[in-house]
Amino acid sequence: MKGIITVLGKDKVGIIAKVCTYLAERNVNILDISQTIVQDYFNMMMIVDISQAAKSTEVLVEELQQIGEEIGVEIKLQHEDIFNIMHRI
Amino acid sequence: MISLVEVQETNKMIREMNLDVRTITMGISLMDCAHTDLKVFNQKIYDKITKSAEKLVKTGEDLEKQFGVPIVNKRISVTPISIAAGSLNTDSYVPVAEALDKAAKEVGVNFIGGFSALVQKGCTTGDRKLIESIPEALAVTERVCSSVNVGSSRSGINMDAVKLMGEIIRQTAERTADRDSIGCAKLVVFCNAVEDNPFMAGAFHGVGERECVINVGVSGPGVVKRALEEVKGQDFETLCETIKRTAFKVTRVGQLVAQEASKRLGVPFGIIDLSLAPTPLIGDSIAEIFQVMGLEEAGAPGTTAALAILNDNVKKGGVMASSYVGGLSGAFIPVSEDHGMIQAVQRGALTLEKLEAMTCVCSVGLDMIAIPGDTSRETISGIIADEAAIGMVNNKTTAVRLIPVIGKGVGEMVEFGGLLGYAPIMPVNSFNCAGFIDRGGRIPAPIHSFKN
Repeated sequence: MKGIITVLGKDKVGIIAKVCTYLAERNVNILDISQTIVQDYFNMMMIVDISQAAKSTEVLVEELQQIGEEIGVEIKLQHEDIFNIMHRI
Repeated sequence: MISLVEVQETNKMIREMNLDVRTITMGISLMDCAHTDLKVFNQKIYDKITKSAEKLVKTGEDLEKQFGVPIVNKRISVTPISIAAGSLNTDSYVPVAEALDKAAKEVGVNFIGGFSALVQKGCTTGDRKLIESIPEALAVTERVCSSVNVGSSRSGINMDAVKLMGEIIRQTAERTADRDSIGCAKLVVFCNAVEDNPFMAGAFHGVGERECVINVGVSGPGVVKRALEEVKGQDFETLCETIKRTAFKVTRVGQLVAQEASKRLGVPFGIIDLSLAPTPLIGDSIAEIFQVMGLEEAGAPGTTAALAILNDNVKKGGVMASSYVGGLSGAFIPVSEDHGMIQAVQRGALTLEKLEAMTCVCSVGLDMIAIPGDTSRETISGIIADEAAIGMVNNKTTAVRLIPVIGKGVGEMVEFGGLLGYAPIMPVNSFNCAGFIDRGGRIPAPIHSFKN
């Protein structure tokens, strides 16, 4: 099962490090990362494999959101299906 | 491969344009609960509802997290009580409504629909008892919703029921006068009611449905509005194409949630209702869509045409996205639940008569309209008869949800709270129609050939 993580917020040092460390600790594998910075705003999308994750998707969603609040960015984890179904027939 | 642009588009729709799955409604048949003893019957329906919907709210919340899309309401609809309780030995169905309310609270859903009767051709003893129980049932319960189908294209309009409903709406208003007559916000009078509608207050689990089913209602007026802003000033083909594309995307989200919910709950998936249902939030309004289409206010000349375009293209886009589209599907035009409509009423652009004209091309009817508290029962019946006639002749569903606000008059505001919103009280044509309504009997069904 794949998930999409999006991170949006003011750019600063250590955002990727924080997210990646968390994912590594929960046994979530990162499959792809793309990232842009537009006028100081950090915008990242990650495709991750959550099938082997140590915790349920719901817990991952909550904990990532908390990490986001701590460092002042918005972090979302969503099941990939919502994007696939919306944009592909 | 999923692209960053697509991900951003989806999340923008959710975050900024109020894209949501409006409701997951579990339909539960109560046919097997029939019993002659009130206590036994109440226990049976309570047990069946709480057992079937045990995991409904939790599943809804889990899906909300997993996909990151809000699922606003989790609800239940049941077999019309007048049918399920037909063999009951009792004078009043109020205790049944209380049992439904208790079950709804137990499983955590905000509304339970189905305190209903289908009387388009005539009333049984049970139907009459149920209808007479409505005012008290809606006053003493919090989450129970009620509906009565008084007409259909096949059987005509039951004018005895129309007459009775004028009286029932007044009584319901009076019983909840201390709360701005909120009871009437939970009561709908239908013509051509559908059996798989997930939207309250008119939801019930039809007799042609299976044991238990998951129906999902999606919504996204904000998304449509924003998409139309991008093509401002362009021709009608572009306008229609844009609505269609957007409706497709919105419906796909509903389809995903519906399938996943049905899988997790082990309950078959029924239908997606691809309606545009507004909320009192700014940016989540049908009236704002009309403004983006080029009208100064909802109600301006052109509004009926604009609504017809919107309704048709929502359907065209949606049917490609899901094979099981049902319910009411189209645009809802409630007044109190749409801040743009409220504004249009306040500015004098939108009248009851224009709303009635608009109901010829929208998915429901006169919805959530506050009228003066001293409106007579005959006048309410007259409005119901007009609206039912539109539905009957045009082979479509129409509904009336009027709220005569006891103690208040034209121009005053009434506040219902939450998704029910707030509304200015609208003037009603008060010329007498008692001689027409008091005739009673039934209006015969219209002829189905010679279509025009």
